[in-house]
Amino acid sequence: MSAADELHGEELHEVRLTVNGAARTARVPARRLLSDCIRHDLRLTGTHVGCEHGVCGACTILLDGLPVRSCLLLAVSADGCDITTVEGLAETDGTLSAVQQAFFECHGLQCGFCTPGFLTTITAGLRVVPDPDDEQAREMIGGNLCRCTGYQNILASVHRAAEIIRERAASASAGRA
Amino acid sequence: MSSLFGARVQRVEDDRLLRGRGAFLDDLGQDALAAAFVRSPHAHARITGIDVSAALEVPGVVAVYTCQDLPPRLAQPLPLLIPHPDLTHGRTPYPLASGEVNHVGEAVAMVVAADRYLAEDAADLVDVSYEPLPAVVGLDAARAAVHLVHDDVPGNRAANSVQEHGDTAAAIAAAPHVLELDLEIERSASMPLEGRGVLARWDGQSESLVLWTSTQTSTGVRAAVAAKLGLDLSQVDVITPDVGGGFGVKIVHPWPEEVLVPWAARMLGQPVKFTEDRREHFIASAHERGQQHHVTVGYDDDGRILGLDVRFWHDNGAYVPYGLIVPIVTSTQLLGPYKPGAYRVEFDSLYTNTVLVTPYRGAGRPQGCFVMERTVDAIAAALRLDRTLVRERNLIQPGEMPYDQGLIFQDGRPLIYDSGDYPAMLAKIKDLIGWEKFALLKDAAAAEGRRIGIGLACYVEGTGVGPYEGAHVVVETSGKVKVATGLTSQGQGHRTMLAQLVADELGVPMADVDVVTGDTRRFGYAVGTFASRTAVMSGSAVTLAARKARQKALRVAAGALEVSPDDLEITGGMVQVRGDPDSGISLGTVAVLSNPLRYAFDDAAKAATQFAGGGDPGKPPVEPDDEPGIEGRAYFSPVRSTFASGMHAAIVETDPDTAEVRILRYCVVHDCGPLINPQIVEGQIHGGVAQGVGGALYERMAYDEDGQLVNASFMDFLMPYVSEVPREVEIDHLETPSPLNPLGIKGAGEAGVIPGAAALAAAIEDAEGIPVRSMPLSPSDLFELRQASDQQTAPRAGGRQAGGAIPFPDGSGNDG
Amino acid sequence: MKPRPVGYMRPEAMADALAALAAQDAEVKVLAGGQSLVPLMSLRLAAPELLVDINRLAGLSYVQVADGQVRVGALARHAEVLASQAAAAAQPLLRKALRFVAHPAIRNRGTTVGSIVHADPAGEMPAVLALLAGTVQVTSAAGQRSIPASEFFIGPLESAVQPDELATEVRFPVLAGPAAGTGFAEISRRRGDYAVCGVAAMAWLDAGGRVGGARAAYLSVGPYPVVLDLTDAVSGEAADAAAFPAAASLARARLQPASDIHATASYRRQLAGALTERALAEALGDAREAMAA
Repeated sequence: MSAADELHGEELHEVRLTVNGAARTARVPARRLLSDCIRHDLRLTGTHVGCEHGVCGACTILLDGLPVRSCLLLAVSADGCDITTVEGLAETDGTLSAVQQAFFECHGLQCGFCTPGFLTTITAGLRVVPDPDDEQAREMIGGNLCRCTGYQNILASVHRAAEIIRERAASASAGRA
Repeated sequence: MSSLFGARVQRVEDDRLLRGRGAFLDDLGQDALAAAFVRSPHAHARITGIDVSAALEVPGVVAVYTCQDLPPRLAQPLPLLIPHPDLTHGRTPYPLASGEVNHVGEAVAMVVAADRYLAEDAADLVDVSYEPLPAVVGLDAARAAVHLVHDDVPGNRAANSVQEHGDTAAAIAAAPHVLELDLEIERSASMPLEGRGVLARWDGQSESLVLWTSTQTSTGVRAAVAAKLGLDLSQVDVITPDVGGGFGVKIVHPWPEEVLVPWAARMLGQPVKFTEDRREHFIASAHERGQQHHVTVGYDDDGRILGLDVRFWHDNGAYVPYGLIVPIVTSTQLLGPYKPGAYRVEFDSLYTNTVLVTPYRGAGRPQGCFVMERTVDAIAAALRLDRTLVRERNLIQPGEMPYDQGLIFQDGRPLIYDSGDYPAMLAKIKDLIGWEKFALLKDAAAAEGRRIGIGLACYVEGTGVGPYEGAHVVVETSGKVKVATGLTSQGQGHRTMLAQLVADELGVPMADVDVVTGDTRRFGYAVGTFASRTAVMSGSAVTLAARKARQKALRVAAGALEVSPDDLEITGGMVQVRGDPDSGISLGTVAVLSNPLRYAFDDAAKAATQFAGGGDPGKPPVEPDDEPGIEGRAYFSPVRSTFASGMHAAIVETDPDTAEVRILRYCVVHDCGPLINPQIVEGQIHGGVAQGVGGALYERMAYDEDGQLVNASFMDFLMPYVSEVPREVEIDHLETPSPLNPLGIKGAGEAGVIPGAAALAAAIEDAEGIPVRSMPLSPSDLFELRQASDQQTAPRAGGRQAGGAIPFPDGSGNDG
Repeated sequence: MKPRPVGYMRPEAMADALAALAAQDAEVKVLAGGQSLVPLMSLRLAAPELLVDINRLAGLSYVQVADGQVRVGALARHAEVLASQAAAAAQPLLRKALRFVAHPAIRNRGTTVGSIVHADPAGEMPAVLALLAGTVQVTSAAGQRSIPASEFFIGPLESAVQPDELATEVRFPVLAGPAAGTGFAEISRRRGDYAVCGVAAMAWLDAGGRVGGARAAYLSVGPYPVVLDLTDAVSGEAADAAAFPAAASLARARLQPASDIHATASYRRQLAGALTERALAEALGDAREAMAA
């Protein structure tokens, strides 16, 4: 790294990420939080910051497929990782993903600020537990705060999303048959 | 086309938000400089010096400002927004502290730098010398006034206010029974997931300012900023971006940051952005709910309230920019659905060296409801009567509407309930929760060693507060309908709800209607979003505006089709002779026709020329009292607030060993008149209930005696996760229309939170047989109450039935 | 809330990491999961000058059972330990306690070794280590040593790991004996919060199927986990007793919890008693199952 690789007196580090399937790079100081890197260096502002102490979950992204708090990661630590943000959830033709569609149908969002964190969390959650019962659905969303909805419709969205995934799989295989 | 009023229409807001394409404040202004603030670490101190030299050396820092750097308009206290004759000692903060700080978190200096990281580095290096002063923390200290928050405010008293209806002292003196109670609610806060934020762009060439701010009132901010910066109103525009929740805290304006950031943008000739972080939100925005109340109530053998005297103390924090709204709401809405023979309420609003107190969803009603409902329950206990029976006997009857409580409400107008059916509501909530059958359930649980209890609480909520809202509706030549109203949105689905109303009124598909809120460029006269007023105020305004547009469209179309306007209908965006679809012309075409342009810009214009037969050469193309275009502009200004109401009931279980409280059932009966979008209303109720549960069992601001907020983070300020809210919120509706607006509706936004603490306190008390007079109640608090009760009331009075008499620790309460 | 400027290195060789820790010319902190360190840095309560990010060091993310121990490498995430069937079979207490650690998103990144080194007295895993009398393996440029749990926790957020040392592994003894069982009970204000009080317990049966002995470790009752020998209070009792009041009394008598904004000391003491009984009952239930098997 050359001496010119600094900004305002701080050494910059190159961070290479795969974000929503695309190769992205950023040059950031070591202290740059991954949440800020995603939002302000990569200009993907769908991931939101609610607390910066890892409690609210609004900043949750998928790191190598697993939900993590992007506010608790330094961007440099994520070098080489595969990241999925809310912007990467919809299908390539623009169709809302099953989880997004479920939220829409079930009125699972009000202000929308916490929503991206729930969407990524539930997307990953349903991959592990595709047919959650009530307890499992609560467990799945248990670490994300929402101040608007009171969670009732978010729970409904989890179950509806599982249903939509099944419906889409069924019609996909029917289509192939 | 069936009506959209009452339909569970899915929201137009959602698609963008679900895709991560929301535009919240911090998403904007990626090119802007970043502001950070130096904030007081002391609750009360004199500033003896500020040295910014080290801060200026930080690379990337552009400027550091203190009060000394501000022009006279800014170097003075911020506005006191809502004056009141009783608010004799109102004090507001300086944008940057001038010589004295009065709470931890008060802004002392502003740093502007290339990014927030650098701005915080510089803020750390601003060297402020403080001479700490004694801090006044909590109502007891404020009342005792050994120390003062403001030197020129004796007794720390910002205001003393009294309202009375009837001769309360006489009524109590003559009453067969008298009870006294002390009741307390501790501080909580709105705590939206998105904090505050401001982005300012100053255009030196046009000398105009565009401000984005995460606010509940774009017009309020605009007026305040224009005044503070010495600009004409027309030089300032305020745009409300997507807002990640408000719940009241974002109605306060102007925040110091809201005037300092645009001022800096103008000084520096570059856009400047401030995004609050979570710790700042805890210590530099606003809290609410902290009050202590003393009740004296006189009642008869039937439990009818003959005289009710409430004396309370409101902790208003270090300053009162929002005036006395919260305690006035407590004072007036405390009455709920009841008609005491006489009522006197007196409050002192007291300063403490803590964060400001301004409305948080419910805005003083939760406290009032808690006081009234605990009092009614205490009367029932003393008389060994069923708690719903005592309520029944005190309810205002439907035949008594409109009912004048004889007080002045927060809008300065008489407190007159317009409509409501409280007896029917009580019957519904009893049925929903299974009130009559509960005693059996309780006995069965007791046989298993389990403790369960039931409680309920009633409230009345003044909604749709004035003075007005307005709306503009315009049909474009494409057929699209553009609607604008000046108040703002923070997730309530306003754009959907208002589009439903316009689509219905105009006869167009909802997909063709686009609604903008909170943008002064699109609508400049507005008040704001608070007091559950949007549907009533803007709903009525858009309806009236759409009606005007419709009348115009029918008139123009009638001329083109050579029929009478009465023969026409609009359906699916087509204006046609009733029952004759082939006769229709699109609204877009009508819009073209309404504007006698010389030039045909597009196909729509060209196609309309088939109707442009030239008109009457003896008349001008646009008549003297007419205008081009299909537009409507209307304002709605009600004579008074309209009163929604509701009742909540809860069944809880308390653990004999760990004192944990589990909510087994939570029921809501809710009356906000006819529902425009039931799904949205239910969502509001769910959210309000969650905040009610939070306030009852989890949330309190914990200040230590030095005025440090000990739990200024989400780790220790306990907002509910899904695991803490009821497993289900069972909702039933009642609809008593309002006579005060064209839609007959009432507000719904705050209702869910109002009776939470009261209902849960009642249920816990029923389970435990111990009076619950202070909220929130944690398991530790309940454990300590049990310990205290065991010590003070052993041996207990015999013969206590379920839901029956509850001994008071001081032995009072049974026969007055 | 943004961290202060900090230096950063991400060595791929252990020797480089240890050299950086040994250099002592700057305040150095190890970054593994970061779930405790990063928020402290954002709040500017921690301001190291150099971060040594060990996430690229090879061969540290294992969870294995060997020599009567469950061995967890420094880079094994809580979620991986939780998911390990081998670990759960060998020492059931691990999974029982890990379910209470924060929320899944934190467990996906936070490391078990890291949380033990962080030494939060409200943490679940320090208490588990203390109860099981496990050890922490630390390495420095000068060599390796093994620190027993009894010497590991010095005070709140303070462990015996020296500034030039890196904790590379934690060893939890497996559940031994034909009739032993474990239990974990915790009460927190909200699901996933730090414990108001928590108890990790181990119990075993005698040859006659009655309680042979028991031990418990307590979280959130003092500056570090407290381990109590409950044997005198429970030995000889029926293993399926409905309650263990003597054990509860012992716990309440011996523990000195503090008051804070979430709970009074007396309530914590009450919980310690109640949760002792619950954890004991669970442990004895498992022990009875093991004996029957």
